[in-house]
Amino acid sequence: MAGESHGPMEQFIVKPLINLELAGADISYSNSALFMTFAVLATFALFWAGTRHRTMVPTRWQSVTEIMYEFVGGMVKDNVGLEGMRYFPFIFTLFMFILFGNFLGLLPYSFTFTSHIIVNACLALFIFIAVTVIGFARHGLHYFSLFCPPGTPLPVAFILVPIEVMSYFIRPVSLSLRLFANMLAGHVLLKVLAGFIISLGLMFGIVPFAAVFAVTLLEIMVAAIQAYVFALLTCIYLNDAINLH
Amino acid sequence: METEAAKMIGAGLAAIGVIGGGVGVGTVWGYYMSAVARNPSMEDKLRTPAFLGFALSEATSLFALVIALIILFT
Repeated sequence: MAGESHGPMEQFIVKPLINLELAGADISYSNSALFMTFAVLATFALFWAGTRHRTMVPTRWQSVTEIMYEFVGGMVKDNVGLEGMRYFPFIFTLFMFILFGNFLGLLPYSFTFTSHIIVNACLALFIFIAVTVIGFARHGLHYFSLFCPPGTPLPVAFILVPIEVMSYFIRPVSLSLRLFANMLAGHVLLKVLAGFIISLGLMFGIVPFAAVFAVTLLEIMVAAIQAYVFALLTCIYLNDAINLH
Repeated sequence: METEAAKMIGAGLAAIGVIGGGVGVGTVWGYYMSAVARNPSMEDKLRTPAFLGFALSEATSLFALVIALIILFT
């Protein structure tokens, strides 16, 4: 790190760790990919440790895994219904991946892969395409009635349909942008405040230090909320596709 | 030099849009609190819509923030 610039945006630079190339495309193993691996390994370790010795009265590790499972399971069941439980493994994986990505990014000198819009755009586009395919597979051309709810008077439909179509196609944009902007803004804020500690010195540096402490707590909350919101919106979109209206 | 100054002013103006998101998020949580205070048994049922409204209204202000960042860093 020494000798490089320490601006607030420097933490988001993707550095290749192992250079790889496939058919002219750069597929280097970067620090972003490293932290994705960490997120998967951390999830795997948590659930392996939690379910290794299963007991009737859960141990601490086991109750953590059970709480997470029931939390996401309850969310899917409440918002999509029992039919949506078929897609529960995907939503649970998505939730844990984003949750651990956000949490691991909060560690000092680590990398937040969710602060790169391309990562979120991949997840959001996958969800968008999958939901559209599920909708058309289940309802056929009836799925177009999503854009025009039954019972809409004709004059209102002229205004309503364009709005509904636009709000449908803006979904992947807003879904990925929300997570991206939250993570980016939070981490930039942390780095800017941390820069004030050094420049103000020992006497007055305590004020921004307290602010960094408070903002870190806020960011831990935001990390959990954004993972929850991402999974929740996936459930809502799935609900639109499965139970049309 | 003048383009640089115009960029900064433009980014600042774009960030004004965040006000709307702030008002929206405050309204969502405020009404959630007042609803729960009136009827505490509804707390669990209301939490999901509250988070949904929070996420949707927050997104609008984040659009403004992203526009400001695009102006600043491109």
